[in-house]
Amino acid sequence: MTMTQDDVFAKVRDVLKDALGVDDEEVVPEAKLTEDLGAESIDFLDIAFRLEKAFNIKIDQGEMLPDNVLTDSRFVSDGRVTDEGMAELRRRMPHANLDEFEESGRKVEDFSSVFTVDAVVKFVKTKLAAM
Amino acid sequence: MRWIWIDRILELERGRKAVAVKNISLAEEVLHDHFPARKVGDRTFPALPLMPNALIIEGMAQTAGILVGHALDFSEKVILAKIGKAVFHAAAPPGFTLRFSAMIERIDAQGASTSGFVDRLDWACPDAPPVRVAEIELLFSHVDRNLSGLAFPEHNFVFTDQFMNLLRQSGIDVPAGF
Repeated sequence: MTMTQDDVFAKVRDVLKDALGVDDEEVVPEAKLTEDLGAESIDFLDIAFRLEKAFNIKIDQGEMLPDNVLTDSRFVSDGRVTDEGMAELRRRMPHANLDEFEESGRKVEDFSSVFTVDAVVKFVKTKLAAM
Repeated sequence: MRWIWIDRILELERGRKAVAVKNISLAEEVLHDHFPARKVGDRTFPALPLMPNALIIEGMAQTAGILVGHALDFSEKVILAKIGKAVFHAAAPPGFTLRFSAMIERIDAQGASTSGFVDRLDWACPDAPPVRVAEIELLFSHVDRNLSGLAFPEHNFVFTDQFMNLLRQSGIDVPAGF
Protein backbone atom coordinates (compact mmCIF):
# COMPACT_ATOMS: atom_id res chain seq x y z
CA MET A 1 0.00 0.00 0.00
CA THR A 2 1.38 3.40 -0.96
CA MET A 3 1.78 5.85 1.86
CA THR A 4 0.41 9.34 1.31
CA GLN A 5 2.43 12.47 2.01
CA ASP A 6 0.40 12.93 5.20
CA ASP A 7 1.12 9.37 6.34
CA VAL A 8 4.85 9.81 5.81
CA PHE A 9 4.85 13.22 7.50
CA ALA A 10 2.96 11.88 10.54
CA LYS A 11 5.46 9.04 11.01
CA VAL A 12 8.46 11.33 10.48
CA ARG A 13 6.98 13.72 13.03
CA ASP A 14 6.71 10.88 15.57
CA VAL A 15 10.32 9.85 14.90
CA LEU A 16 11.57 13.41 15.38
CA LYS A 17 9.48 13.88 18.53
CA ASP A 18 10.99 10.74 20.05
CA ALA A 19 14.55 11.39 18.88
CA LEU A 20 14.72 15.08 19.73
CA GLY A 21 12.20 15.45 22.54
CA VAL A 22 10.25 18.16 20.70
CA ASP A 23 6.52 18.85 20.60
CA ASP A 24 4.03 18.19 17.80
CA GLU A 25 3.65 21.83 16.86
CA GLU A 26 7.41 22.35 16.49
CA VAL A 27 7.70 19.72 13.78
CA VAL A 28 6.63 21.72 10.74
CA PRO A 29 7.94 21.08 7.21
CA GLU A 30 10.21 24.14 7.14
CA ALA A 31 11.75 23.53 10.59
CA LYS A 32 15.52 23.02 10.47
CA LEU A 33 16.63 19.99 12.45
CA THR A 34 19.65 21.63 14.03
CA GLU A 35 18.67 25.28 14.41
CA ASP A 36 14.97 24.88 15.18
CA LEU A 37 14.70 21.41 16.72
CA GLY A 38 18.06 21.30 18.51
CA ALA A 39 19.50 18.23 16.78
CA GLU A 40 23.18 17.50 17.35
CA SER A 41 25.39 15.34 15.16
CA ILE A 42 24.70 12.11 17.05
CA ASP A 43 20.96 12.71 16.69
CA PHE A 44 21.25 12.10 12.94
CA LEU A 45 22.38 8.54 13.63
CA ASP A 46 19.50 8.14 16.07
CA ILE A 47 17.03 9.56 13.54
CA ALA A 48 18.35 7.25 10.80
CA PHE A 49 17.94 4.19 13.05
CA ARG A 50 14.42 5.25 14.05
CA LEU A 51 13.39 5.94 10.43
CA GLU A 52 14.61 2.48 9.43
CA LYS A 53 12.42 0.91 12.09
CA ALA A 54 9.37 3.12 11.49
CA PHE A 55 9.35 2.62 7.69
CA ASN A 56 11.10 -0.74 7.43
CA ILE A 57 13.80 0.71 5.19
CA LYS A 58 17.60 0.49 5.16
CA ILE A 59 19.60 3.70 5.33
CA ASP A 60 23.30 3.43 4.56
CA GLN A 61 25.91 5.56 6.27
CA GLY A 62 26.04 9.04 4.73
CA GLU A 63 22.97 8.43 2.59
CA MET A 64 20.68 10.87 4.35
CA LEU A 65 23.37 13.38 5.29
CA PRO A 66 26.49 12.88 3.13
CA ASP A 67 28.78 14.74 5.50
CA ASN A 68 31.82 12.90 4.12
CA VAL A 69 31.56 15.27 1.14
CA LEU A 70 32.38 18.09 3.54
CA THR A 71 35.57 16.44 4.75
CA ASP A 72 36.79 15.70 1.23
CA SER A 73 39.44 18.15 0.06
CA ARG A 74 38.20 17.79 -3.54
CA PHE A 75 34.91 19.37 -2.55
CA VAL A 76 35.84 21.96 0.05
CA SER A 77 38.19 24.94 -0.12
CA ASP A 78 38.73 27.54 2.62
CA GLY A 79 35.76 26.24 4.57
CA ARG A 80 33.41 26.61 1.60
CA VAL A 81 31.95 23.98 -0.71
CA THR A 82 33.38 24.21 -4.24
CA ASP A 83 31.40 23.96 -7.50
CA GLU A 84 32.34 20.29 -7.70
CA GLY A 85 31.22 19.86 -4.11
CA MET A 86 27.86 21.48 -4.81
CA ALA A 87 27.37 19.18 -7.79
CA GLU A 88 28.19 16.18 -5.59
CA LEU A 89 25.80 17.34 -2.87
CA ARG A 90 23.00 17.88 -5.38
CA ARG A 91 23.59 14.42 -6.79
CA ARG A 92 23.59 12.79 -3.37
CA MET A 93 20.84 14.86 -1.76
CA PRO A 94 17.97 15.20 -4.23
CA HIS A 95 15.69 15.30 -1.16
CA ALA A 96 17.15 18.57 0.15
CA ASN A 97 16.76 22.16 -1.04
CA LEU A 98 20.34 23.37 -1.39
CA ASP A 99 19.55 26.74 -3.00
CA GLU A 100 19.64 28.78 0.20
CA PHE A 101 22.88 27.10 1.29
CA GLU A 102 24.47 27.85 -2.08
CA GLU A 103 23.30 31.45 -2.18
CA SER A 104 24.35 32.18 1.41
CA GLY A 105 28.01 31.39 0.73
CA ARG A 106 28.28 27.56 0.90
CA LYS A 107 29.97 27.63 4.30
CA VAL A 108 30.59 24.14 5.66
CA GLU A 109 29.51 25.29 9.12
CA ASP A 110 26.08 26.22 7.70
CA PHE A 111 25.53 22.92 5.95
CA SER A 112 23.37 21.31 8.62
CA SER A 113 20.74 24.01 8.02
CA VAL A 114 19.77 22.34 4.73
CA PHE A 115 18.28 19.53 6.71
CA THR A 116 14.64 20.42 7.25
CA VAL A 117 11.70 18.26 8.28
CA ASP A 118 10.55 18.47 4.65
CA ALA A 119 13.91 17.10 3.49
CA VAL A 120 13.50 14.11 5.80
CA VAL A 121 9.99 13.47 4.46
CA LYS A 122 11.24 13.67 0.85
CA PHE A 123 14.17 11.39 1.68
CA VAL A 124 11.83 8.76 3.14
CA LYS A 125 9.47 9.02 0.18
CA THR A 126 12.39 8.49 -2.21
CA LYS A 127 13.46 5.42 -0.23
CA LEU A 128 9.92 4.01 -0.17
CA ALA A 129 9.48 4.59 -3.91
CA ALA A 130 12.69 2.66 -4.61
CA MET A 131 11.48 -0.42 -2.74
CA MET B 1 37.95 3.82 41.94
CA ARG B 2 36.08 1.00 40.27
CA TRP B 3 33.45 2.46 38.00
CA ILE B 4 31.73 -0.76 37.22
CA TRP B 5 28.07 -1.12 37.98
CA ILE B 6 27.37 -4.71 37.06
CA ASP B 7 28.71 -7.73 38.94
CA ARG B 8 28.25 -10.64 36.56
CA ILE B 9 27.09 -11.35 33.04
CA LEU B 10 24.55 -14.15 32.90
CA GLU B 11 23.90 -14.26 29.16
CA LEU B 12 25.71 -12.88 26.14
CA GLU B 13 24.22 -13.75 22.79
CA ARG B 14 26.31 -12.21 20.03
CA GLY B 15 24.68 -9.22 18.38
CA ARG B 16 21.36 -9.83 20.06
CA LYS B 17 21.04 -9.91 23.81
CA ALA B 18 22.92 -9.55 27.12
CA VAL B 19 21.75 -10.10 30.67
CA ALA B 20 23.75 -8.94 33.69
CA VAL B 21 23.14 -8.62 37.41
CA LYS B 22 24.11 -6.11 40.06
CA ASN B 23 23.82 -6.79 43.77
CA ILE B 24 23.03 -3.56 45.58
CA SER B 25 25.08 -3.27 48.77
CA LEU B 26 25.08 -0.94 51.74
CA ALA B 27 28.87 -1.08 51.53
CA GLU B 28 28.66 1.25 48.51
CA GLU B 29 29.45 4.80 49.56
CA VAL B 30 27.10 6.39 47.11
CA LEU B 31 24.03 4.95 48.78
CA HIS B 32 24.82 6.83 51.95
CA ASP B 33 24.57 10.13 50.15
CA HIS B 34 21.44 9.09 48.33
CA PHE B 35 19.67 9.82 50.62
CA PRO B 36 21.11 10.66 54.07
CA ALA B 37 18.99 11.37 57.13
CA ARG B 38 17.83 14.97 57.24
CA LYS B 39 15.95 17.29 59.47
CA VAL B 40 13.28 19.59 58.14
CA GLY B 41 11.92 21.91 60.80
CA ASP B 42 10.96 19.73 63.74
CA ARG B 43 10.76 16.59 61.69
CA THR B 44 13.58 14.13 61.20
CA PHE B 45 13.59 11.93 58.14
CA PRO B 46 15.66 8.74 58.45
CA ALA B 47 18.26 7.79 55.86
CA LEU B 48 16.83 6.23 52.72
CA PRO B 49 19.66 4.51 50.87
CA LEU B 50 18.78 3.80 47.23
CA MET B 51 20.82 3.13 44.13
CA PRO B 52 20.58 6.37 42.12
CA ASN B 53 18.67 6.12 38.87
CA ALA B 54 21.64 7.67 37.03
CA LEU B 55 23.76 4.68 38.11
CA ILE B 56 21.02 2.28 37.04
CA ILE B 57 21.32 3.86 33.60
CA GLU B 58 25.10 3.40 33.83
CA GLY B 59 24.58 -0.29 34.68
CA MET B 60 22.42 -0.64 31.59
CA ALA B 61 25.00 1.28 29.53
CA GLN B 62 27.69 -1.16 30.67
CA THR B 63 25.52 -4.22 29.95
CA ALA B 64 24.44 -2.91 26.54
CA GLY B 65 27.92 -1.52 25.81
CA ILE B 66 29.48 -4.95 26.32
CA LEU B 67 26.80 -6.43 24.07
CA VAL B 68 27.57 -3.89 21.32
CA GLY B 69 31.34 -4.26 21.76
CA HIS B 70 31.16 -8.05 21.74
CA ALA B 71 29.18 -8.01 18.47
CA LEU B 72 32.30 -6.62 16.75
CA ASP B 73 34.90 -8.46 18.83
CA PHE B 74 35.64 -5.28 20.81
CA SER B 75 37.29 -3.72 17.76
CA GLU B 76 35.35 -0.46 18.19
CA LYS B 77 35.42 2.13 20.95
CA VAL B 78 31.80 2.02 22.02
CA ILE B 79 30.70 5.25 23.68
CA LEU B 80 27.30 6.01 25.18
CA ALA B 81 26.08 8.86 22.99
CA LYS B 82 22.47 9.34 23.97
CA ILE B 83 19.85 8.17 26.43
CA GLY B 84 16.81 7.87 24.21
CA LYS B 85 14.47 6.86 27.00
CA ALA B 86 14.73 6.12 30.72
CA VAL B 87 11.50 5.48 32.56
CA PHE B 88 11.57 4.38 36.20
CA HIS B 89 8.82 2.48 37.98
CA ALA B 90 10.32 1.27 41.26
CA ALA B 91 13.19 2.02 43.65
CA ALA B 92 16.41 0.00 44.02
CA PRO B 93 17.28 -0.44 47.74
CA PRO B 94 20.26 -2.38 49.15
CA GLY B 95 19.83 -6.11 49.63
CA PHE B 96 18.10 -6.54 46.29
CA THR B 97 19.54 -7.65 42.96
CA LEU B 98 19.06 -5.71 39.74
CA ARG B 99 18.89 -7.70 36.53
CA PHE B 100 19.72 -5.77 33.35
CA SER B 101 18.42 -7.16 30.06
CA ALA B 102 19.70 -5.39 26.94
CA MET B 103 18.81 -6.05 23.29
CA ILE B 104 20.38 -4.63 20.14
CA GLU B 105 17.81 -2.90 17.97
CA ARG B 106 20.22 -1.80 15.24
CA ILE B 107 23.96 -1.93 14.74
CA ASP B 108 26.19 -0.74 11.91
CA ALA B 109 29.64 0.74 11.36
CA GLN B 110 28.68 4.04 12.99
CA GLY B 111 27.04 2.79 16.14
CA ALA B 112 24.15 0.91 17.68
CA SER B 113 20.83 1.44 19.37
CA THR B 114 19.67 -0.78 22.21
CA SER B 115 16.53 -1.28 24.22
CA GLY B 116 16.25 -2.93 27.58
CA PHE B 117 14.70 -3.23 30.98
CA VAL B 118 15.82 -3.54 34.57
CA ASP B 119 14.12 -5.89 37.03
CA ARG B 120 14.49 -6.10 40.80
CA LEU B 121 14.84 -9.53 42.41
CA ASP B 122 13.96 -9.98 46.07
CA TRP B 123 15.83 -12.86 47.72
CA ALA B 124 13.43 -12.76 50.68
CA CYS B 125 10.75 -13.91 48.23
CA PRO B 126 12.68 -15.93 45.63
CA ASP B 127 9.51 -17.29 44.06
CA ALA B 128 7.89 -13.88 43.62
CA PRO B 129 7.92 -12.42 40.13
CA PRO B 130 10.57 -9.73 39.58
CA VAL B 131 9.54 -6.09 39.87
CA ARG B 132 10.15 -3.93 36.80
CA VAL B 133 12.39 -1.06 37.87
CA ALA B 134 13.10 0.69 34.56
CA GLU B 135 12.94 0.68 30.78
CA ILE B 136 15.97 2.20 29.08
CA GLU B 137 16.84 2.86 25.43
CA LEU B 138 20.38 3.88 24.54
CA LEU B 139 22.36 4.99 21.51
CA PHE B 140 26.03 4.10 21.22
CA SER B 141 28.57 5.67 18.90
CA HIS B 142 31.64 3.96 17.48
CA VAL B 143 33.65 6.99 18.33
CA ASP B 144 36.48 6.68 15.80
CA ARG B 145 33.94 6.74 12.99
CA ASN B 146 31.81 9.65 14.12
CA LEU B 147 34.23 12.32 15.25
CA SER B 148 36.41 12.71 12.20
CA GLY B 149 39.31 15.05 12.76
CA LEU B 150 39.68 14.13 16.43
CA ALA B 151 42.40 11.69 17.27
CA PHE B 152 41.78 9.01 19.86
CA PRO B 153 44.32 6.63 21.35
CA GLU B 154 44.94 3.47 19.39
CA HIS B 155 44.21 1.18 22.30
CA ASN B 156 40.61 0.50 23.21
CA PHE B 157 40.21 2.69 26.29
CA VAL B 158 36.55 1.72 26.64
CA PHE B 159 36.94 -1.99 27.20
CA THR B 160 39.46 -1.91 29.99
CA ASP B 161 40.86 -4.76 32.05
CA GLN B 162 37.96 -4.30 34.44
CA PHE B 163 35.45 -5.20 31.74
CA MET B 164 37.54 -8.01 30.33
CA ASN B 165 37.94 -9.52 33.78
CA LEU B 166 34.21 -9.26 34.28
CA LEU B 167 33.74 -11.25 31.07
CA ARG B 168 36.28 -13.87 32.16
CA GLN B 169 34.74 -14.14 35.61
CA SER B 170 31.37 -14.65 33.93
CA GLY B 171 32.77 -17.53 31.89
CA ILE B 172 32.83 -15.65 28.58
CA ASP B 173 35.74 -15.91 26.16
CA VAL B 174 37.76 -12.74 25.67
CA PRO B 175 39.36 -12.06 22.27
CA ALA B 176 43.13 -12.40 22.04
CA GLY B 177 44.93 -9.15 22.72
CA PHE B 178 42.78 -8.12 25.68
